[in-house]
This record gives sequence, C-alpha cells and structure tokens, in this order.
Amino acid sequence: MKKNLNIKIHEITRVEGHGNIVIDVKKGEIKELKLEIIESPRFFEAMLRGRRYDEAQHIMSRICGICAVSHTSASLKAIESVMDIKISKQAELLRKLAFYGETLQSHILHLFFLVLPDLAGTGSIVPLLASHPELARTGLELKRLANDICAVVGGRHIQPISLFPGGVVHTPKPRELKRLREALAGSFEGLERMLTFLNDHPVHEFNLKREYISLKDRGEYGLYNGDPVSSDGYAFKPESYTKKIKEYVVEHSAAKHARTRGTFMVGALARVNNSFRQLSPRAKAAARMAGLAVPAYNPFLNNIAQLIECYHSTENSISVIDKLLLMGPKPEPVKKPKAWGRGFGVVEAPRGTLYHEYKINKAGLIEKAVCIIPTAQNLRSIEDDLRAFVPELLDRPKAEIARAVEALVRAYDPCISCSTHIMDVKFA
Amino acid sequence: MEEKGLPRLAFFSFTCCEGCQLVVLSCEDELPDILSLVNIVNFREAMDQKSDVYDIAFVEGSITRAEEVRKLKKIRKNARIVVALGACSSTGGLNCLKNRWPMEEVKEEVYGKDALKSGLFATLPTRAIDEIIQVDYYLHGCPISKKEFLNFTTSLLLGKRPDTTNHPVCVDCKMAGNTCVFEKGMTCVGPITRAGCDAICVTYGAICWGCRGLVDNPNTDAHAETLKRHGLTADAVMRKFSLYGTCKTRKC
Repeated sequence: MKKNLNIKIHEITRVEGHGNIVIDVKKGEIKELKLEIIESPRFFEAMLRGRRYDEAQHIMSRICGICAVSHTSASLKAIESVMDIKISKQAELLRKLAFYGETLQSHILHLFFLVLPDLAGTGSIVPLLASHPELARTGLELKRLANDICAVVGGRHIQPISLFPGGVVHTPKPRELKRLREALAGSFEGLERMLTFLNDHPVHEFNLKREYISLKDRGEYGLYNGDPVSSDGYAFKPESYTKKIKEYVVEHSAAKHARTRGTFMVGALARVNNSFRQLSPRAKAAARMAGLAVPAYNPFLNNIAQLIECYHSTENSISVIDKLLLMGPKPEPVKKPKAWGRGFGVVEAPRGTLYHEYKINKAGLIEKAVCIIPTAQNLRSIEDDLRAFVPELLDRPKAEIARAVEALVRAYDPCISCSTHIMDVKFA
Repeated sequence: MEEKGLPRLAFFSFTCCEGCQLVVLSCEDELPDILSLVNIVNFREAMDQKSDVYDIAFVEGSITRAEEVRKLKKIRKNARIVVALGACSSTGGLNCLKNRWPMEEVKEEVYGKDALKSGLFATLPTRAIDEIIQVDYYLHGCPISKKEFLNFTTSLLLGKRPDTTNHPVCVDCKMAGNTCVFEKGMTCVGPITRAGCDAICVTYGAICWGCRGLVDNPNTDAHAETLKRHGLTADAVMRKFSLYGTCKTRKC
C-alpha cells in the first residue's frame, strides 16, 4: 500500500454550509488531512453586543436556517436564566413541541435529501423522484409534517416567531393540534420505509472508540432540558462548560475546534448512546430492527441514530399534544424580568449540545455573548475519523475514496452555517 | 438529464444562515411542478451538480469577504437575471450589526488575538449585493415569504414583470385582522417597513422587526416621534431602526 493520493474536495455538496476536505497521502502515509471550514465567519457574538435582551433570540436564531428553534431555545433559556424566571407549563410544552418538530425536520432533511442520494447513487433528490418515487415522496411528506409542527407553534418553520423571553406569545388552536396529532400518528409508516431502506444499505464497517457528550434529563430523553454528561462517566453543569470544553482556533477552519481531555462527539449518536433507555418504545424497537447496540462507535451509524430520534420525536410530539389538548391551550402573558446578570442556556440541537451564555446589564442590554456550536465540537472528531478511515480505503479507486470520505463527513450532518457555516471534497 | 429549452435556474449562497434556500426547498407541493418547468443547475445545499451556464441566479446572503465579491461579479456576468433572495442579500440584513464595530475588534472578540493573523477570518464590513452588482429583482424578508417566492417565480416564468410590494407592514397587519402592537403596549417598526409578509410576526404575537427593509419614502422622522411618545428614548429608537437597518437606509 505504498500509494500516493491527493484529494481535495472543494465545497462539499449536500451539507449545510461551505467546507473542503483536503487529503494528501505519500507512499501510504498521511502527510496532510484536514477539513477546511471556508464559510464566512458571521461574528454573532459581536452582533449581539449592545442589543436589547428581547432581541437576542431573534438575532441568534439567524445563526442557522435549519436549527433556528434550537438557537432560539438556547437563547431564551439563557435570557430566562438571567431574568430569573420560569416559564409556564403550557409555554414549556409548546416550546418542546416546536423542538421535536425541528429535530424531526432537521433529521428528515438530512436523511432524505442529503444522505439518501448517496445510498441511491444519485446526486440529489431530484432524480430520486423518478428512481425511488415512493421514498422521495415519503421524504417530502414527512418534512412537510415536521415543518407544519414548527409552523403551528412558531408561526413558520424557519425562524420561529412566537417563542419569546418569558413564554410563548401565540397559542395554537385545538383543531390545529388535533390535525397535527392525526398526521403524526399516520407518519410511522414513512419512517418504517426509511428504516427498511437503511437496513438494506449496510454502512461502512468503521469503528473508532471515542467520548460522547449529550444532555441527560430526569424522567425523559434529554433534548430541550438536561445537564451535559459524558460517556466517560462524568457530568457537569452548563455554567462550567468552559472548564470542560475548550474551544481553540485552528488555522484551516473558520469554525473553532473543541476538545475535552481528548476528542469527543455530540449529536444523535451521542444521545442515543448516552440516553438509550429513555427513548420511546417505537424508537427502541427501531433500534432493535436496525441492529443498533449501544455504545456504538461507528460514526456512520449517526444516520440510524437520527432515524431512531425521528421515531422518538414523533411519539413524544403526540404525547405533548395530548397534554396540551387536555389543558386546553389559552393565551398567557409573558413573564417579566426579575433580575439581570449572567445566564446560561443549553439544549440538544439536532446536531448536538448547544451552549449560549449572555451577560446582560441593568438597562437590559447585552454586554457579552458566547455560544458553542455542535458542529464546532465535532470537527476534531471528524478529522480523527478521517485519519483512521482513509488508510483503510487506500486500495480503492480515487473516486470511490472521495465518495466514502464525503459520506463520512456527511454522516455527522455538519452544519457549517452554524459553526460559521462547511464543506466540499477537492481533487487536486 | 437537462431538458433543452427550459430556463436554467441557479442558487448561490453567501454569508447567511441559508434559511431562504430552505424556504425554497420547503415548497414540497410545488417543487415537482416547478422542476418540470425549469432546470435547476446549481443548488449546492441540495445537489452535487454544478454549472456556470444559467439564466436566472437567485443569490442569498450578504457579502463580507473579498472572495465573495469575485464570485458575485462572476454570477452577474453569467446570469441574465439576478434576484436578491432574502434580507441578507437585499439589504445586508442582521449581518450588518457587526458593522457597528471596527472589523479588527469584531474578529478578536470571537476568535481571539491570533485570529488577526489568519486569512480565514478575514472579514469586510457587511454589504448587500447591490452595493457590488446591479440587481434585477428583490425578494425581501428574513426569511423570504414562500408565497412571494412562488408568485415571483410564476411571473418570471410567464414572462410577466413580477410585482414588488411597496406599502408598509401596517396595511398587511390590518388585512390580517391583528390588534396593533402599540395598543398591546409594545412598539414596532411596521409603519416604515416594506410589507409583503402578511405581517406574520404580529399575527404570531411578536412585533414587526423591520426585516424587509424600508418602504419607499418612509416617514422615519414621524415614526421616531411616535416611538418617543410611547416611551422610547432617542437611543432606543435608534436601536430599533438599526436592527435591520445598519447597512443602509436608502430604498432598495
């Protein structure tokens, strides 16, 4: 295997944002390997400075078009921790419903629009409409349903409107919730279809042991609430995340990298590994069908983990809707700030743990903002994987290597807009 | 797979959250029909294929790097029609908020002192795309309205000149049957903001943030007075106007 290989994938397609993969192998040895993040930096921390506290969620949700509900939620939790208030039961249920909607929407988009073309050997979902019409239609329908959940609660599926500091400023009508419930109950068939398809397309056998970090909640699978835990057996409070997670700048990436003591991974696979027992019954059944045993160390299984979470989010959306219908949703005033100072908000965005931290002065203006983005936390893990994965592939044709490498990066569902934005594999 | 004779559409994305592209992708019902009438030749977020031959370019995102300026000029050269897709592209959008500070300070705040050396974090003050190239049409909003995008695309494909909304959000708000936010004890910039959004933010309990930019000939002075009458300080009024208006206050 004294092979030379030079791959530069420029602007990886079917990922969110702009990035390149650069691989240089001389005589079977990796000389250079990096994931260049070439997305334009956005400087949100600077954008937020001097703005009013109740503009933060509006501004921060614009970090990402896919996971705007997550950014809004982390932002609101941070603001509300500063304000020293607790939102009402109804507001929390509505926010969770929007959150499940976004988890679904993001995972469906990734699985059906970005990953499926890899497995079916087409470049996009467009040829899929002809070659796999049923699956492509299923994807479109599931995505519409997920968007609809976010729209019923938040007003629209991209950039939610009604999630506001102190509560939720719009109350969905019972008939809208019932309509969603009915559609959700009928959507499992579509998920089964994807599960069968993924089962028919075995993933690369590639395992690399690593640390997984995700939120762990009491009584339910950690998504909207919970404190960070590690598969290495320690937990920490959101306010001490900077002590546990160190962000650092690397030369080839406009997104910062992050490490704990070593490399760690966040996202669906981390959550499924860390909180498997709290998954809903159908989600567990799907995991069994897919033959997923935890802890799973194959990053390609992140796709399956996302599908498992689709089952979980669907079942939980239904139970949240049932609770809301039982309460009879009514308009509520938002809670007013009781204090100012420093606050933290942390949630499990579709791609992993998301931290926001703000300092707000007595005039209600933001003095400092920090946020740690899931994809930034995964960049180091992706590069570690590539370093271990590429040598296994060296006897294959170059085009196949490039495809496999892109598929690996894509399995992480990187969100480069978020991490600043990512990707593309360049052939030099 | 490209069908001959159909208009070729291309989508490009600069500095933004890519949410406006997602609005396009969210036209689940209409996408199959649209795809039978056009060839989409460039849409990085959704497909592998890339081409430099296209008729209509939809450009999302604002311009914050030298590389983007070059790419944008190339797009203008290749395309017959350039459409600014969304607030970042049309007016600079929220990205302009960083223009309030010197760029060196902004870089250092986010990436630390070392950042100043690295080219990867190079950043220019945010600009809307029409500060660099000539733009044929604007689709405003953060994000764009799906309805407006579909109406616009339909007009373009029929060879009609697309309508541009030029009335304030208050009109849409009344048509939506909303209670005025000023009557609810809040304030907004709806009276000077370009409508076309069906006042969706007010309908869903929030306020008009001004994401679609100013309407033509806005009476900003009168509105500043109104805001002051409702208890805002001069600073607070400036802040309110500047959320989406830091880049430029001229009409677009």
